[in-house]
Order: sequence, then structure tokens, then C-alpha cells
Amino acid sequence: MKNIDSYGHLRGESLFVDDIITRHDTLFGLVFDSPKAHGKIISVDYTKAEAVKGVIKIFTHKDILGENQIGGIIQDEPLFAENEVHFWGQPIAFIVAESEFIAKKARALINIEIDELPIITTAKEAKEKGSFINPPRSFKSGNTQNSFAECDYVYEGETFSNGQEHLYLETQGSYAVPMENGNIKITSSTQGPTIVQKTVAKVLGVNMHKIEVDVIRLGGAFGGKEDQATAWAVMTALAVQQLKKPVKYILNRHDDLRMTGKRHPYESTFKIGLTKDLKIQAFEVEFLQNSGAAADLSPAIAERTLFHATNSYFIPNVMSTVYSCKTNLPPNTAFRGFGGPQGMFVIESAIAKAANEIGVNKRLIQEANLIAENDEFYYGQIATQVEAQKSWLATKEEFNLKRLEKEVKTFNKENLQFKKGISLMPIAFGISFTNTPMNHARALIHIYQDGSVGVSTGAVEMGQSVNTKMLQVAYNTLGISPLKVKLETTNTTRVANTSPTAASATADLNGKAVLQACNSLIERLKSVACKMLSVTESEIIFKEDQVFVNNKKSDLLWEEVVTQAMLERVALSENAHYATPVIHFDKTKEKGHPFAYHVYGTAITTVTVDCLRGIYEIDAVKITHDFGKSMNLGIDVGQVEGALAQGIGWMTMEEIVYGKNGQLLSNSLSSYKVPDIFSVANKVDIIPLETQGNDMAILKSKAVGEPPLMYGIGTYFAIQDAVAAFNPNYKPKFHSPFTPEKVLISLYEK
Amino acid sequence: MIQFILNNKIIKTSSNSGMTLLDFIREKEQLKGTKIGCREGDCGACTVLVGTLNKNKISYQSITSCIYPLGNANGKHIVTIEGINLTQNLNSVQQSLSENYATQCGFCTPGFVVSLTGYVLRNSKENLNTINDAISGNICRCTGYKSIEKATKEIDEKLIFKDADHQVKWLVDKGFIPDYFTEIPKRLNDIKIQKLNSISGTIVANGTDLYVQFADKLSEENINLIGEESSLKGITFSNKICTIGASTTVTELLENDRLQNIFPKLNSFLKLVSSQQIRNMGTLGGNFVNASPIGDMSIFFLALNSILRINNKNGTTREISFQKFHQDYKKFDLKEGELINSVSFLIPDKNTFFNFEKVSKRSHLDIASVNTAGRINIKNNRISNAYFSLGGVAAIPKFLTKTNDFLNGKTIDTKTIKQAERILQSEISPISDVRGTFNYKRLLAKQLFFAHFIELFPKKIKFQNLFS
Ligand SMILES: Cc1cc2nc3c(=O)[nH]c(=O)nc-3n(C[C@H](O)[C@H](O)[C@H](O)COP(=O)(O)OP(=O)(O)OC[C@H]3O[C@@H](n4cnc5c(N)ncnc54)[C@H](O)[C@@H]3O)c2cc1C
Ligand code: FES
Ligand code: FES
Repeated sequence: MKNIDSYGHLRGESLFVDDIITRHDTLFGLVFDSPKAHGKIISVDYTKAEAVKGVIKIFTHKDILGENQIGGIIQDEPLFAENEVHFWGQPIAFIVAESEFIAKKARALINIEIDELPIITTAKEAKEKGSFINPPRSFKSGNTQNSFAECDYVYEGETFSNGQEHLYLETQGSYAVPMENGNIKITSSTQGPTIVQKTVAKVLGVNMHKIEVDVIRLGGAFGGKEDQATAWAVMTALAVQQLKKPVKYILNRHDDLRMTGKRHPYESTFKIGLTKDLKIQAFEVEFLQNSGAAADLSPAIAERTLFHATNSYFIPNVMSTVYSCKTNLPPNTAFRGFGGPQGMFVIESAIAKAANEIGVNKRLIQEANLIAENDEFYYGQIATQVEAQKSWLATKEEFNLKRLEKEVKTFNKENLQFKKGISLMPIAFGISFTNTPMNHARALIHIYQDGSVGVSTGAVEMGQSVNTKMLQVAYNTLGISPLKVKLETTNTTRVANTSPTAASATADLNGKAVLQACNSLIERLKSVACKMLSVTESEIIFKEDQVFVNNKKSDLLWEEVVTQAMLERVALSENAHYATPVIHFDKTKEKGHPFAYHVYGTAITTVTVDCLRGIYEIDAVKITHDFGKSMNLGIDVGQVEGALAQGIGWMTMEEIVYGKNGQLLSNSLSSYKVPDIFSVANKVDIIPLETQGNDMAILKSKAVGEPPLMYGIGTYFAIQDAVAAFNPNYKPKFHSPFTPEKVLISLYEK
Repeated sequence: MIQFILNNKIIKTSSNSGMTLLDFIREKEQLKGTKIGCREGDCGACTVLVGTLNKNKISYQSITSCIYPLGNANGKHIVTIEGINLTQNLNSVQQSLSENYATQCGFCTPGFVVSLTGYVLRNSKENLNTINDAISGNICRCTGYKSIEKATKEIDEKLIFKDADHQVKWLVDKGFIPDYFTEIPKRLNDIKIQKLNSISGTIVANGTDLYVQFADKLSEENINLIGEESSLKGITFSNKICTIGASTTVTELLENDRLQNIFPKLNSFLKLVSSQQIRNMGTLGGNFVNASPIGDMSIFFLALNSILRINNKNGTTREISFQKFHQDYKKFDLKEGELINSVSFLIPDKNTFFNFEKVSKRSHLDIASVNTAGRINIKNNRISNAYFSLGGVAAIPKFLTKTNDFLNGKTIDTKTIKQAERILQSEISPISDVRGTFNYKRLLAKQLFFAHFIELFPKKIKFQNLFS
């Protein structure tokens, strides 16, 4: 089944926040933000700005009736700066005017005086100065120190992986409208409607039930609208509370790039120990996460980095530590993979370093250490239904790795200016919110009296086609045509207290709730139908909009059963709640069983580097991926392709640059480059791995949003392989992204 | 009064000619299918088609409406996604995208549909673009493009039997576009177009440079539009001289038969310049006067040893060597009231060799880290004249005077080229910025300088000899 939105998308008829019909008296907002990265605010002069015709009011922290606080995990982030600013782009005021154009004019007239304080832009510096978001965390298994002493090879090294801008095509935005009795309705482009609702209530000083948050769909999010969609929604609501007029705020791209956080850059150091047979015995790693100026989701992201520090390898002795370092950058935030990719980049680098030093092919070390059934992940979860080796072997065989490696070798022998490189990248990614209490969801389903059905869940549609999957679950379970089912907007008045749409787990959690709700409805309708047909419940099922008795079509239609149910006053609505069973994690011991299951897969990447110009092409990425029993392969393959492109972008061209003064320099689409149609892999082959699927996954169809992003890491090492083929003096560095600049310099380093 | 046809509707508006077409479409006309992703021409979400009537034939081009002045729509057929939709069914382009799962969040999707429809509407003879070139200016952050590529292959296959003589009718019959398209040429002819007259406003050719920075300011003006000025358009050849009007777009260069003959690799050179949408707008004059040190067209025409013709508003004309035009960072030899009229150069003969190189972080739709062009005349096995230019290494697009002087009279061999490269390094002064560190730019300058010779004289100059 196609994405149920594709008809509207292709005709430009799908609605995003910026497209909905606004009331004619709508006002427009614009943030005035800090032009310095750190300092004391001496004065802000709004008089000239306020005098601009059409400016209604400029809101500051003084206008807040509740708390000036939007921090989630830690309460450390004011909505508007009060006396100090901590990053370039930190909101200070919210200008509301008759048009965005007027607001922009006013913004240019605000005068601010800041007494600058010293700034920190790198994690390393922050650590040296003891500037942290929260205390560090460590996971441990075995004893690394003892183990290193017994290893045949021990190597140390350091890595850097840069941040990444989400570049959702639709920028952040919100439209808030006053309702009666001081209630406010907000249409927001957020992954977390409940987070928005809760934070708005707190800042406005009202109860949550006064605030209704509605989400139609998002034009991409990738984690960037999990926590960071909130501020803008709060500002529009704050203005509505006081002005009693609708207020709209859609960030322009430059403001969005400047003010919002990104994927966290990580600076890390590692020590890896192996025995002669290439078994990794011990691994120590210290991650310095550049969290930016406030916590945002950093502690949770740091946690996931630890969970994925060993990727898909079994290592008996591991010691990992992560520091969330407080710097003067915009608070960094969730981005597809949520710290996992940063963790995996380090272990892959450590393996590459060891391979290079020992003088063996990297893949031999990878292959020798893949996690197997009943091995223990170093945080205590016993690995079951493991597909690491299976996907590795399938990849090697299906794509004939031997031949590919030989082709690369031959090519490199025959060519001087062009060199090819090849790498393998296995992944194991845990599915569930690592914060166990967040693993729940609800669905509210109405069967209307004409037999049509409306489905509400807590899932937010942002291109991942979660609504399509919910619809599939609903119509299949109810046995009716998909045309009878409509997916409603995500709305806090219909489904409350939701977890954000994140962690790849949304289809599982909400899908299970939809399944439960549909099952309950079917039970009730069955008993109605049984009476109508004088048969027993075990004899009938609903299929093809009809009742089947002992697998034979009866004359009884779905609509007729629904009509009868109405007459009999049977409830045609159902609200179901699902909470993932089994999972738990003990933070005092840092051990437990945090994940419902893992997703596995392996990718082969081949690249060609033009050693004259230092540019490269990705020839192919060949993947076997563990979809479980995919409920919609077309959509799931699309997720793999999209995530892969993002992972490759992160590893190659996407380069965030801050100036020494903390100002974002890659601050526009002309200076921050994401993959276009010519820069993605020329060929992407994806083979679904034959597996049983997992009962914790919706219809055994495994989560697919985040895991494939990490196949992109393979591109880094394939380029490295090609560079090494050209330059025997090249000393492998682990400093992503591998931009054409770094490639050219590496090709000619002496 | 600006008049045009928007989809199926005749528009007469007194809005400022400097307003962006995007704002007119979304705000004044409330057509919300055209999306806003960046407002700087770099994402393609706002792509619309501009149909221009020429002797009863209409030709369509894709442009990014966020940086397109409303005034330029005067007399045109503007087509948004709403104007492409059939009443009920998906059109043929949309169907292929749908079948191949080529839409996820959907925010980029209307832009892709419009760009691809622009491709479909292009007369195949003049169409040197592949279907993927047509979406070179469209960014999608969700799909990874592979599904889109599958769709574009399919669309291309559907077009194999296109009837070139009656293409609009064919496209209507095959469900690519709605049938009102067939009436558009006649309806455009019937509109009595008034010339917009606003000599006092800011001079805008097609705005791809100015609108990125000053869209708000320009939207309050009636601007002085020179992009369509016939005296500034046209590519002519006479007496060994080729003359190109300043308002000629990059696409017009690319589609010119004679230029393609003169520069056999023209297509691959110019594909490195911006995107299809931007090439359809960006003019030579705009590129020269925006004076960016990495302007691709400046670098290209510097190496052609070009002459600029400059008109004064009193009708007087002067000519200067293009090498003298750029003086210092964003300073150039153009006085109040002067316009560049045209650029001209000696048509290369068989003893002339020309190459263009550009490296940027992303190979397409990106500004160069370093770009360079070189023209070499050979006489009796020696270089009689060398004209190399290099961008991104100085305050202006750099004409490498010393390097060129050194090369004159030399034979082409590895040693000479290595020596020349050292002189090149003494002439440049790159600085570090988002496009690269100065070290990288120096290294890249060397590599690309060598690349010219490897490309142009593969028998004499070999990669391995330069790097051993
Ligand atoms: C997304 C994007 C990508 C781009 N990529 C590239 C690229 O890869 N390479 C590159 O070189 N450039 C690139 N550019 C820059 C721009 O497209 C070019 O410089 C283009 O040629 C400018 O032409 P224009 O007609 O649009 O200029 P305009 O914006 O209309 O004008 C620019 C300036 O020139 C003046 N001007 C224009 N014509 C004349 C004339 N005849 N006489 C005197 N003054 C005149 C105008 O007054 C104005 O000051 C890009 C721009 C965008 C938006
Ligand atoms: S909005 Fe991005 S190109 Fe126009
Ligand atoms: S489908 Fe989301 S940006 Fe293309």
C-alpha cells in the first residue's frame, strides 16, 4: 500500500502549518535573538521597534505569567533570556506585528548592549573547564584494565564526528488561536504534541486542559522537532493569551538554522585491545558530547551513545563514559539515531585503527567479533533473535563480496588518477525509548454509524508513513476496505499524555494500541453479528466489508452489523492503551533489558575517488536489512534509502561550521550542503533479510526509522580505503565529515 | 499594471514589480501548493514554470519563485502545481512518483512535480538536459532520491513516443497536463501587455543574486527590470567574434548550437553552475556585476580574454578588457547610469584549447571552493597565448597575469607546467572561509591548474608525471 498521503502530496493539496486557513485578524510573530554567544545583557532598547507602524507588542520574559522555563529533562532553559545570553541565536523577545514583513523591520531596530563573557565552543574545552550539563555516566562490563594486560594488540586513538543540521524541508512553525474561556488551540509542527501542551501550560501558568495541540503532519523532522518545536509554539500561545488574537509564526530558514540545535558533535578517545585471533577483548571509550548551552535531550542522547558503543559486536570487557559538555552553542538535540551513530562511529574507528596497525583487512576484525545468540550486550541485555552474523554472511554472499573486493583491487592496480575503496558496515540498533516509562501509547477509534472509521493515535505523521501503517493495522483487523478508514490529526484532546514520535518505536507502540482497540471493537461486533446470523463467535470473521461464516461469505455486510450495533446500544468507540512489556533498566547499576528488540543489517559501500581533484562518487551501497516481517516493504525500503542518504550526508558533505565567536557560519542553504540527486550513491541495493520478525514489533514488522542511517558510516571508511590505496603515507584519521577538502589533503599528506 | 496568466486565470495586478512571485502566489492568490523551504533559490520547493511566447510558440522553463520578481511574469504563463493537476486523477508525472514511493513527508514534492513537468514540456530538440538535470535544484531530505530516480526513468520512457510537432496536445492526450494548456498561446497573444516602466528603481536582471539578500527591500519597489531587455539579449557571431548580450541566461548559453560546437564540453561545464532553475534565470551581467570572486561566468569569460561593452544611459558606449573590470572586492569599473551591454570574445579556432574546472563541497548546486578556466593558443607547438583565470583565491575573480606571461612562448611539458604552478601560487592570496581553508584552496588551485593540462593535452601531460 502506498503512503496514504501521496495523492495530496503530489497535488500540493496536503496541508502543513503554513498552509492552513488563518483568521483574517491573524498577527505574525518573529523572534529577536542574541547576536552574541555569551554575555550579560546590559540593556535592550525596544522603543524604535515598538514605534514601527503595525507592531502590536514585543514580548519578553517580563510578560510571562507562569514560569520562564521550557527545559524538558533538566529545567535549565528559559524561553526568553533574562539577564544573560548563553548562545548566539538565543531568543530574547518575540515581536508580534500585523505582518512578518513589519516584524522584520522592527527587529532590525532593536538595540541591544551585551557585556561579553568568554565562550566555549568545543566539548574538549568544556571538559577542561569543568562545564557540564549533568554528571558523567559510565557503563561497564568485565574488567578492561586486566584484559588489556593480556591483549596482543592495544591501540589508542581519537575521533571527531561533527554535528548535522536536520534540514527538514518545512521549517519550524506554529499557529495559535484563542478559543472561548481562555482556551487556546495550537497547530504546531511538532513531534511531541504533549511536550508542547505541557510546556505551554507551564509558561502561561494555566492547566494543561486549557491548551489543545493539533498536528496535521510535518514536512520532515528527523528529531529536530522533538523538543525544539516547543519554544515557537509557546511564544505564539503566550501572545494569544494576552492579545486574544490568532498568532502565527513560521521560522524563516536563516532564523531556523541559527536558533535551533543540531546533531551533537562528539570528540572521543578510545583504547582497544585484541588477541592474535583478532578477537576484541577490551574496549574503553570516553565520549565528549557537545551539548550546547542547555540540556534539551542531551542526557538521553548520551545514554543511547553508551548503549551503542559496541555496535553489533560482542566485547567481554568494556568501559564507556560520556560527558555532556555545556558549551555556548545552541542546545543540540535529537537527530535520527539519537547518539547511536556517534557511538558507532567510534567503535568502527577503533577497529579501523587496529586493522591498519596490525595490517589486516578491517572486515576481518569486524567479522571475528559479531554478536551471537545469547551473548550479553555489555549493558546486561541478553541478545536473542540475533541477526548480526546472518546479515553479515548474507551480505557477503548475496552481493558477492569476494568479486567486489577483487574488482576494487584490479581497478586500483590499473588506474592512477582514480582509486576505489570498499567497506562493510554492520549495525545493531536497539528499539524502545531507553527511558522505560516513555514506552506507551494510546489509540482512539470510532466506528461511525455508516460504517466508516476514524483512527486517532499519538503518532505524528512526518513522512515516515506511520499513518499508513496505522491504517493498515486498522483495516486489516476490522476486515474492511482501507477506503473506510481515515487517520485523524494527532490531537491532545483525543489522545492525551503521549510520548513524542521518536526512537523508531512509534509504529510499534501506537500500532499495538490500534490493534488492541480494533480487536475490542471486533469482539463486540462479532457478538452482534452472531445474533443476527445465529452462529457462534468462533465461526465468524470480518473480511472484505462482510461477515464470513466458516470462511464462507455470508450476506451480512459490515454496515448492517454496525447499524444493528447502534440499535443495540453497543459502544462503537474504543480507547486502547499499550505499554511495552518486559523492558526495564536499572540506572543505579546501569544494567537491564532496555530494548524490546534489536534491528540488524550489513552494508557494503564502494566509492571512487578522483585523486586529482579530491572529489568522490559513491558507486554503490548494498544492504541486507532486517525488516522483520515487513508490513509495507515499499515504505520500509524508502526509509532505508532516506536514512542512508542522511547518514552519507553526515559522513561526507554536511559540515557545520561555527566561528570562534560562536556564530554559525554554515548558516544558509548556500553554505550548508545536504545530498542532492547527484551525490547519493549511484546504486542502492536492498535485500530484506529472511527472519522471523519479533513479536514486540507491530505485526512482526520491525522498526525502521533510525537504524539504516548508520549504514552511512560505511562511506567514511570506504573513502578512507580509497585514499590509502593512493597515498601510502596516509595515516588514517577519524574526523568526519570526510569533505572533499579533507580528502584532497589526505591524498597528498606526506 | 502587470498582466499574466496564472494557471488558467488571467491576472492583472498593480502589486509592486519587485514583489516575489512566490509571495504573490501564496499570499495574494492563496495558492498553497507552492512551498517555502529557503527563500534563497537553494531548495526548489517553490518551483513554478514560466511559459514565454515567441512567435506563437510557447516554451516553458522552471524557476524558483522565491527569488523571481513578479514584474518578470508580465506577459507570461505562470504555472504552479495547482495548474498542473488534472481534475481528479494524478497526472502522468505524479503517477510515476506515486507508484515508486517517491514522496514521504511531501513538502518537497510539489516542487519536484513542477520541475519534472517543466522537463516534460521542453521541446526535445533543444533539450540537452537529462531528466535528473531537471530536478538538480530540488532538494528532498526524506527519500534519498532513489525512488525519485526510479520514477524519472519511468517518465522518460513514457516520453519516448512524444509527438514533437504537437507536443502540448500529445501531453494533454497522455494525461501529463490539463487541456487548458492548448489555449494558452492564443490567450497570451490576446493580452495587451504594457511594458513596465520604472527606470528609477533598482536594476535587476533576473534577480538570483539580489533577491537572496534583498528580497524584502525590493518587494517595496517598482524595480528596473532589464532581464528581458531585447537590446541586452542574444548571441551573435560575426568576423571571428562572438558577442553575447548581458542579459543572456546560462541556459541560453547552454542551448546555443554554435557555442556547443565551439566548446564541445560546454554542457558538462555549465552543469556545474547552480541548478537548472537558477540557470534558467541567472544572467551573465548579473554574474559579472555581483563580482563574487568565485563567479563561474566571470571565471569562464576572463579566460576567454573577453571585452565588455558598456552603455551609458545617454547612449554612449565604451569597451574595456574584462580583465580590467573587477578592481577590488566587489569594486568594479561601472559608473552611475552605466549598464553592461554585452561581452565578446574571439571565437576559438582549431589551435585553441579551452577548459573549465570547478570543485565544491557538493558537485552540483554549490558555490565553488576554487574554480578556474584556461584558454591556450598553440602555434608551432608552443603556447602563443595563455589565459588562465582562477576563482576563490583573491578578492576578485583572478586573471593570472604572471602565470600567463610565463607560459607564453613555452612548450607544453611537465616541467614547464610545474614551474608555472609555482608562479600561480605567488599570484594568489586565498583566505579561509566556509568554502575551505586557505591551504586547501592553494592545493586545489594547483590540482585544478594541472587538471586543465591533463584534460587538454592528455598525450603530453600525464597525471603520474605531475605527481611523482
Ligand atoms: C541557488 C543559487 C545558486 C547559485 N549558484 C551559482 C553558481 O554555481 N555559480 C555562480 O557563479 N553563481 C551562482 N549563483 C549566483 C547568481 O545566480 C549568478 O551570479 C547570476 O548570474 C546572477 O544573475 P542575475 O541576472 O540573476 O542577477 P541579478 O540579481 O539580477 O543582478 C545582480 C547584480 O548585477 C547587476 N546587474 C545585472 N545585470 C547588469 C547589467 N547588464 N549591467 C549592470 N549591472 C547589472 C544588478 O543590478 C545586481 O546588482 C547562484 C545563485 C543562487 C540563488
Ligand atoms: S524556497 Fe527554496 S528555492 Fe525557493
Ligand atoms: S519527501 Fe520530505 S523532503 Fe522530500
